[in-house]
Formats: sequence, structure tokens, C-alpha cells
Amino acid sequence: MAVMTYLEAIRETLRQELRRDDRMIIYGEDVGVRGGVFRVTEGLQAEFGEDRVIDSPLAEAAIVGTAIGAAINGLRPVPEIEFADFIFPAINQIVQEAARIRYRSNGDFGVPLVIRAPFGGGVHGALYHSQSVEALFAHVPGLKVVIPGTPYDAKGLLASAIQDEDPVLYFEHKAAYRSLKGEVPDERYLIPIGKADVKRQGNDLSIITYGLMVSYAQRAAETLEKEGISVEILDLRSIRPLDVEAILETAKKTGKVLVVHEDNLTGGIGGEVSALIAEHALFYLDAPIMRLAGPDVPAMPYSPPLEHAFMVTPDKIAEASRKLAKF
Amino acid sequence: MTPEFQKDIYYHMALARAVDDRMWILNRQGRAPVVYSSNGHEAAQVGSAFALNRGEDWIVPYYRDLALVLAYGMTPREVMLHLLGKAEDPNSGGRQMPAHWGLHRRHIMTTGSVVATQDIHAAGLALASKVLKDGRVSVAYFGEGSTSQGEFHEALNFASVHKLPAIFFCENNGYAISVPARKQMAVMDVAARAAGYGMPGVIVDGNDPLKVYEVTKLARARALAGDGPTLIEAKTYRFVPHSSDDDDRVYRSREEVAEWKKRDPLITFEKYLLDNQILSSEELAAMQQKVKDAVNDATDYAEKAALPDPNTLGLYVYHH
Repeated sequence: MAVMTYLEAIRETLRQELRRDDRMIIYGEDVGVRGGVFRVTEGLQAEFGEDRVIDSPLAEAAIVGTAIGAAINGLRPVPEIEFADFIFPAINQIVQEAARIRYRSNGDFGVPLVIRAPFGGGVHGALYHSQSVEALFAHVPGLKVVIPGTPYDAKGLLASAIQDEDPVLYFEHKAAYRSLKGEVPDERYLIPIGKADVKRQGNDLSIITYGLMVSYAQRAAETLEKEGISVEILDLRSIRPLDVEAILETAKKTGKVLVVHEDNLTGGIGGEVSALIAEHALFYLDAPIMRLAGPDVPAMPYSPPLEHAFMVTPDKIAEASRKLAKF
Repeated sequence: MTPEFQKDIYYHMALARAVDDRMWILNRQGRAPVVYSSNGHEAAQVGSAFALNRGEDWIVPYYRDLALVLAYGMTPREVMLHLLGKAEDPNSGGRQMPAHWGLHRRHIMTTGSVVATQDIHAAGLALASKVLKDGRVSVAYFGEGSTSQGEFHEALNFASVHKLPAIFFCENNGYAISVPARKQMAVMDVAARAAGYGMPGVIVDGNDPLKVYEVTKLARARALAGDGPTLIEAKTYRFVPHSSDDDDRVYRSREEVAEWKKRDPLITFEKYLLDNQILSSEELAAMQQKVKDAVNDATDYAEKAALPDPNTLGLYVYHH
């Protein structure tokens, strides 16, 4: 067991999986010699060669589209989209092709494919290097969307994604890469996709969230504990499929729910979580469901005051929690 | 090339034309909602298919490729099941519109409707072949209209940079539904675009199956030798509207259609086989009977086959 950053956990999992399965390949922009713009794939080309860790042309539709073909012809491709913001040229290949191929072929074809992409803000990335794009994909049947919130989960979820027979989008928060550290076992382990995890037990209210916001919620919860407010944190870990059972369980337990995400408020996953609770656990609630999310502006601005105003922070989470606790 | 081989090419061209004709009849009788035709493209499709290791090499077709998939081993019954949206349709179980081919058993890649997406899949299939060294070549088929899409260019570039065992096969019939090629591109030939990707661009008479066979065979050898992909442009013509819902009289003259029909590949290839005594008139008659029987059998079989159970709507969204 070693202490690793979130980034190292992802890299070591990629290495372990490449060693384990000769059919796995990695490719994308700058993933080879440079080891990726964030160094997630550093050293992998040197170890596994240019046939398995491939610097691709700068064309996202081709990166995903070739991965679909390669998956169907026997490989296990794990392409990287350099920034989640750059995934849009590949939307047609992801939504119309990868997600629909099993369905449209009546089960004759499948696409075992993992698309990794760094997402999220707070790193001075501005409009096109800060976006949270997960809700767009969570809308699409046929896709799975995974977002780890800890180094431990990053490893187990990535191994599961690579083993999965269906297309999985694996979003990694950029601000988590080096700021989050934790113990990660050396041996391979799997965390099932679609299973949420209670990261903190509490009684007064539940924060339901995922990704970087899990650690922000934990910081908020520590502050609130000193004020006598006991917070439960449910880390969704995957937003498609959602762990409906775990969502309802925590809602019923505390009777107060705050859903938190950095993605824009409207049409974000918080709406779906709220609807599920309203449909199946309304009479367990002691307060209206609250949502704390990125504002409905097109994307995150660059200049620090504007960026800070956009970001969901531990302070904002604590403030929303206090209001909810008082209700 | 043996006489038997040439006769087999002709048989599949004739089979495709007859299946196609029957589909139109079923449509006009109100028994099939929509038809997309390979009528006129048979030489390009069958000639190229016969240059491949059929069932082993991957083909990535588009909606025009009825003759191609028949030459590649899909049966007339399977085509008719697909046309009529029956449960047994192996392309999609009745989920997709007709002419959205896909049959894993024969290495016919599943296809959607957005044009040029399939070009990239061919590059990806070929990428796997390069890594796995499986000896397969992957061939994307597409119309000239789709070469305006970015994904066409991305696919050629990717395949050429990585010297993938791929072939890009354009069936240029001069029209993307109603839009003529001159409004689609500022070059005369799709093949000219190959130069931008560092690969050969070959123009071939798409109404001559033997010439198409030859250029495809060369492209396949090149791909397997590790020399990278080839762009083949087969110049041809469709003799019918884009689909059963189209009316081509508004965008092309009857004279133009009549002029091309003089070069109907079914007629010219049949004449070639008879004139060169590769095929006797008795053999031809027997073959025509065989085609007719196959089409009747396929129609009867598909019409009697069951429609999908509505309870299957939710199947195959994910594995298991």
C-alpha cells in the first residue's frame, strides 16, 4: 500500500492494465513521448512501445472513431481526450456511434472502450480548459459515466471501466490530480460501476456529490462538525448508471439533501437526483431538496475573481449546508 | 481470373439487381416503407468485394451497398428480413431503417446514418489489425457527397500517418441526393484528395467489375505490405432516385439517365461474358432462374417471419 496522488493512481492503474492485457492500447494527443499534458501517461510509451501508446493526430472525432473500430476488431482501447472541453468534435462518434452500436445491431456488436478526459475548473483554464461536460453524456443510454473522487476510487473504477464491455467515459478532475492524496493498494481491485459510496456518516443532512466536490464536501463537513452539524456525504462515483438505492437510503436517513456539482445547475445531474428523491422518498424529507452548482453561464471565466465566483468551494458548501440544517 | 470467378461476380451483380427490383415492388405495393438502392453500382461493389478476403477482411458499408453486402455473404433472406423490420433481421433485429447494414459473422461493420462516420471506423479496425497482426484489411465505402465531411479527411489522415491496412472506396455517382458533385467539391475527382494525405488516389471505371477488382486487389496488396491505405474512386451512376421517397426528375435530366443506362454494368458485363464465351446462354438462363428463385424464397420467408416483440425494446442497451 502506497500513498499516491489521484494522478499517480490513474497512471499506475493504466500501467497495471497494460501489463495485464496485451490487447489494451492508449492513444491521444501528446500521450506518448510527452506523457500527456498532465503527465498522466508519463513513461508508458517507453515501457510498452509506440504500438501500444500512440501519439495520434490532433483530431478528436478520429481518436474516438478509430477507438470504436479498434475495439470491434479485438483491442481494448483507452483513448485520452486532452481536455474534456475538446470532446465536442467527437460527440457524434460517442453519442451516435459508440453508445448506439450495441442497441442498433441488436447485440451483434459491442464497443468496449474507455475515454479518459480531464475536466473541471479552478485551475485558471478559462472557458475551454475548465468545463464539466458529464451531464451531456449522462443523458445518453448506452454510455456509462464515471467520475472518481479519491485516489483509491480512481484505481478501482478505472480497472472496472477497462474491463467493461460497454463504452465508459472516465472523467478526471484536473484540480484533483495533484491535490488529492491517499492510500492505494498495489494489487488490482475493482469498484463496481454504478455503486455510490458513503464517504462520511452523518445524521443532520446528506450531501450527494461526485468528483472533486467530494473532498470539498469533506472539508465543509469538518467545519460544520465543530458547529454541531452532522453531515453525511454520498459520493456517487458514477453518474450513469446512478445508484438509486444509495441515494434514497441517505435521503431517508437524514431527511435533508444538498446536491452539489461544479457542472451548470440547469440540466445537471442534481436535477435527476432531486427527481428520484421526490418520486420515491418525498415523505421522508424534512426540507426541500437544495442544489448547489455551477451557475448557468456558458463556461468558467479566466480572471481570478470571476473564476472564484463561478467555482463551488468548501465555504459555499458549508454555507448552503447551514441553511439546510436550520430549515 | 477463372471463368468460374467471373461468373460468380456476375451472379452476385444479377442477384443484387433482382433483390433491388423486388424491394421497389414491395415498396410500391405498400409492403416496405422505404428502399435504398444499389441499382447501377453493382460492378463497383461486387468487383471490389471479390478482391477482398470475404468474411475475414472488414467492410464498412454505407446505405447504397446492397450488392456489396450480398457479395460479402449476407443472404437475400437476411436482406429482406431487414427491409421488412423483422425480428430475425441479423443487421439490427428490426431496429434500423433498411440499408443500415451490419453482420459480425461476415465482418460487415454495423452502420449509422451520419455519413463519413464509417470512414474512421475502418481506420480503427485497421489500427487493430496492425497491432494484432491479424492479416485483415478494412475497407470503408462511401459516396462522393460524404467526402465533404471532416471525418472523411480525419480518417484518411489517421490511416495514412499510421500506414494502416485500409482502403477508402468512393462510389462516385455524381449526386448526393440532389446536389451534384460540382457543388460538393472544387476538384474534378475525389481521388485528387488522396495527395493531401500522402496516399495514392486511383480512379477506376465503376461500371466495369473486372477493372474495379484489379485496382482493389492492388490496394489490398499495398495495405498488407505495410505501405498504407489507398483511396479508390469508382466513377459510376445510380439509375434510380436516392430512395423510394425521392424524385430525381427535379435534379437530373432523363437524357442524362438514359445516356448512363447504355453503360448499365449488368448489361455490359453480361455481353462481355457471352461474347467471350465465358458464359453460355444456357448457363445464363439457369443463373437467372436461380436468382429469381432466391428472390422469391427471400420475399416469402421474410414476409412470413415474425415482427419483433415489443417487450424487447429495452434489450441490448448494455452488455447483459
